[in-house]
Amino acid sequence: MKLCRTRHWLMLLMLALGASLLTGCHRDDGIEWRLTNVSGHMPDLDFQLVDDQGKSVSGKDYRGKVVLLYFGYTHCPDVCPLTLAQLHVVMQRLGPLADGARILFVSVDPARDTPEVMHAYVNAFDPRAVGLSGSPREIEALSKRYRSAFTREPDRADGQYEVSHSSAIYVFDSQGKARLLATPNNSQDDMVHDLHLLLSLGTKS
Amino acid sequence: MSFRVACTLPLLIAGLMVTMTAHATEAEHIRASQAWIRVLPGDLPAGAYVTLENTGDQPATLHGAHSSNYASTMLHKSSEEGGVSRMTMVDDLSIPAHGKVELSPGGYHLMLMKAVAPVKIGDKVKVSLIFGDGSTLDTDFVARPANATGASD
Repeated sequence: MKLCRTRHWLMLLMLALGASLLTGCHRDDGIEWRLTNVSGHMPDLDFQLVDDQGKSVSGKDYRGKVVLLYFGYTHCPDVCPLTLAQLHVVMQRLGPLADGARILFVSVDPARDTPEVMHAYVNAFDPRAVGLSGSPREIEALSKRYRSAFTREPDRADGQYEVSHSSAIYVFDSQGKARLLATPNNSQDDMVHDLHLLLSLGTKS
Repeated sequence: MSFRVACTLPLLIAGLMVTMTAHATEAEHIRASQAWIRVLPGDLPAGAYVTLENTGDQPATLHGAHSSNYASTMLHKSSEEGGVSRMTMVDDLSIPAHGKVELSPGGYHLMLMKAVAPVKIGDKVKVSLIFGDGSTLDTDFVARPANATGASD
């Protein structure tokens, strides 16, 4: 009887050990993210771009904030505004916690997206949104860093053009670590749920 | 002068009779609702959305649109495939008989370019929807802010 009980405890201990080994590589043991967890699979937030005030900024300037990184362009009349409007709703639902987050809207069309254009654009969506532009090389470097892609489509008859671009939203924690990936398939509830958790973790540390 | 009137009047009446006896146009069977424009800052192209209901027994086709408030208007479709968002021009959008089609964010939409005069939030902008048979339906689109998610909150 006694032996049986000891064995039982041993098994439980081993199970617990195994579980802790499995989750040990992630820092938030037991958190069930609803978005895709990319912790440890993507590089930290790093770039050299120009913000919508015309100031040179790097990834380090946003340490201390949870960052939602999205690639798009201002001449995109449908999908980019839809995504930014949805992010605005998510920020509103987060309440005061949202002050700990920044939406970084990176232009994949730097030829047309000057800081002035970007400033008016992002502020029409959310006060916590920042528009980033820069040289084509710097933008491509950032895009490649997160295995994102964009393609300038052929010019139309009126000389204007569209840019096809990645639809994902990359989420970084306040230390600049890549944590989550949101796709258009994720609901607003999923975004609010995960950002709430991530922002709460941030305030504790 | 009176001779001219006397001559053209029968022609005019004949012409009217022809149009009256002809089949109803596609536009006459379409009901438009939830029409709105997402107004972006500056002179950036704006997306316009509307729900079209076909009350007729025949399918109708949205062929394009025209607005005196914008220099050009295009029918577009956004799509997402393999993690990439893209936008393509669309020639025609079919509205099935007794069916409904929604032009909504992330899908079909009208792209309005180069506003003739600045469009303010709350403005009603007249857009003529053009159908396959050439008939048109004038619809008031309400101008909404950039971060709106629909025709109303």
